[in-house]
Amino acid sequence: MRILSTLATAVLAAATLCLAGQATAEDKEITIGTQCDRTGPTQIVGIRLCPAVQDYIALVNSKGGVEGFKLKAPEIDNEYKVPPAVEAYERQKQEGSVSMMLYGTPQVQALNQKLEEDHIPSTSPGFGISASADGGRFPYLFPIAATYWSQGAAAIKFAKDKLGGDLHGKKIAYVYYDNPAGHEPLPILEDLQKSEGFELRTFAVPPPGVEMGAQVLDITQRFKPDFVIDHLFGRSPSVAIKEYKRAGFPLSKVLGLVWASAEADIDAAGGWGVAEGYHTLQFAGAGDDYPVRREIKAMYKAQGKEPPKEMDDTVIYNRGLLQAALHVEAIRNAIKANGGKKPTSEEVKKGFESIHDFTLDGLVPPLQISGTDHEGGGWVQIFQAKGGKFVKETEWFRAYPEVVAAAVKKAE
Amino acid sequence: MFHRESGVFKTSYAADMALYPLPIAKWAVAAFAGLFIVIAPLTLDEYYVSILNLILIACVGALGLNILVGYTGQISIGHGAFMSVGAYTAANLVTQLHAPFWITIPAGGVMAALIGAVVGIPSLRIKGIYLAIATLAAQLIIEWTINHVPAISGGVQASIQVPRPTVFGTPLKTQTQLYLFLMAFVVIAIVGTSNLIRSRIGRAFIAIRDQDIAAEIIGINIFRYKLWAFAISSFYAGVTGVLYTYYLGIANYEQFQLTVSIDYLAMIIIGGLGSILGSILGAIFVTLLPIAARWFLESFGGLFVSQADLANIIPNLRLILFGGLIIFFLVVEPEGLNRLWRNIRNYFRVWPFSY
Repeated sequence: MRILSTLATAVLAAATLCLAGQATAEDKEITIGTQCDRTGPTQIVGIRLCPAVQDYIALVNSKGGVEGFKLKAPEIDNEYKVPPAVEAYERQKQEGSVSMMLYGTPQVQALNQKLEEDHIPSTSPGFGISASADGGRFPYLFPIAATYWSQGAAAIKFAKDKLGGDLHGKKIAYVYYDNPAGHEPLPILEDLQKSEGFELRTFAVPPPGVEMGAQVLDITQRFKPDFVIDHLFGRSPSVAIKEYKRAGFPLSKVLGLVWASAEADIDAAGGWGVAEGYHTLQFAGAGDDYPVRREIKAMYKAQGKEPPKEMDDTVIYNRGLLQAALHVEAIRNAIKANGGKKPTSEEVKKGFESIHDFTLDGLVPPLQISGTDHEGGGWVQIFQAKGGKFVKETEWFRAYPEVVAAAVKKAE
Repeated sequence: MFHRESGVFKTSYAADMALYPLPIAKWAVAAFAGLFIVIAPLTLDEYYVSILNLILIACVGALGLNILVGYTGQISIGHGAFMSVGAYTAANLVTQLHAPFWITIPAGGVMAALIGAVVGIPSLRIKGIYLAIATLAAQLIIEWTINHVPAISGGVQASIQVPRPTVFGTPLKTQTQLYLFLMAFVVIAIVGTSNLIRSRIGRAFIAIRDQDIAAEIIGINIFRYKLWAFAISSFYAGVTGVLYTYYLGIANYEQFQLTVSIDYLAMIIIGGLGSILGSILGAIFVTLLPIAARWFLESFGGLFVSQADLANIIPNLRLILFGGLIIFFLVVEPEGLNRLWRNIRNYFRVWPFSY
């Protein structure tokens, strides 16, 4: 009996110690909830985006964390479905996440109201709701990257520069995936058509867009555009590239918006030789030439491992870095503002809204996020497929901010 | 539900048709209701309540689909679209007319029922796999229509934000409040279905399922009852869509695509065709299994592979586990979880004298 009670005391003491230890560890740990799609219809993005997030968090932790706090980004795969996304959100909320990286447009829309009720800032770079650039109406949703509206405006600006600074009498084709995301830039393009005087024709590609031969012939042989904007998803961007090539249409007259612009699309189209000249629009810098990527490689080397193969795809991987880096920066701002305490989600929201000119040596655009502008300006860069990689064609730029602002306002 | 009966001799048709063969059955149901309506929301953490909420919504949809597929023997892979019909009907009523939930929920159901009845018309000429394709066409047509008609979809984003439902002047915000709200409709759906099946209409459905020519010969108007089956089933789907809309605060057709229709079919096939308990078990199984699989892998996966690899392995292994378990349960009992439960119950009913 005595032995038993001693044993029980010892176990209890050990348990208490463990719990206490855990408590202090939790005090010094900040959780960022992460959703991902590694198995659903957009897995081509997820399998590169999410490792990048984890790599960046590991890099920050290996350098001592943020202001003395370690970071943790538990990841849940939502399969691009709404109910699992709701479950993942509730779970990560329960785990005390101060901010969240959501994934998927319908999922962001479904969770938006919860974010406001629970006061958790969340990011949706390159997807979600364009109108959420307006921080007044969507206080806890941060697109942090150029929305489809800004992308549409930037695409027209780029076409204008390419075609000699005047679009009057020019013909522009807008080829889009026939879903809400594909429809989104339309109002911007129609507005600009009036003010810039070009002829716009739209070509809807029914999902999944794996058969575009006749449509591309219609575009290139009948409409004969001076410039083409591709707003396609999934497998269709590569199909489009292949068909333009087959129709003999110069790919230097084609610009793919952000989800038609990864290395995977070029590979699927038949490689860099086929896609030579193709323009892509990016909200995070593409390519390998950034210090943060060298640091991650060095981190892996220090552990005696090879850098992960996900890093070969620079476009999507770098977007993951951008997203993770902005979360870390927001948390850093929050800790600095509250004097070194563990930040609350409300403080992290303020932290996001005080991100200014955080560029990660060129990988991130010079964002100016504020309480009213959660997009940070709508900056993009254009890259061109040239000689086996993406070559930077422009610096960070934004276009027609007044037209985009009017659209944001009109969405109310 | 759990009781063992002995010496029960039914002497009238009314007794044979009774929902509760013995008083103890009534008490068992009352105890269950108490557990889930009073104790669960009071004791469970918000996270677990949120999982229950997803299950509750799925229950309504699965019950509705089971009326059509399980009881009437017609197939539909357009139920995701019927849900979106209900969702957009309710969302438009709320945003344009500020209608309260007790108008929008029936209205969403009725609209879905009308469209479901139209979609059901081909079922008079075609059966089985051909009917499946006809309803698939309905799914795609409805998706396309919502996507391209701004009057329905509320703009190019095809999503309409909806405020939370208000009950007695309080907007339902917390998961527990929403749980009780959803539970009310699940109870109505269960009671409604179990009474429908015992009625003249329900018996006609079952007769059509078993042998439609024979049903016609004994005087059942097949045309009318097949359309009724589509309409009632779509009504449930429409209500499911409205509940989703209220639960998420937004109507968006991308939440109701083809995969949703397939998920619901999976629920009733795994749960058991033509049974109410089966629909509920199926809804629980399909909603909970991926979550449970992830818990399991997160807890024990770390023993075999590194944490970084785990992030990549869990989602894929989860799908394999999910598929594997569905096959396992269907091989063990092709008639679904409901039959499995009955087998277990029947075994213990005569235990230890199995002959």
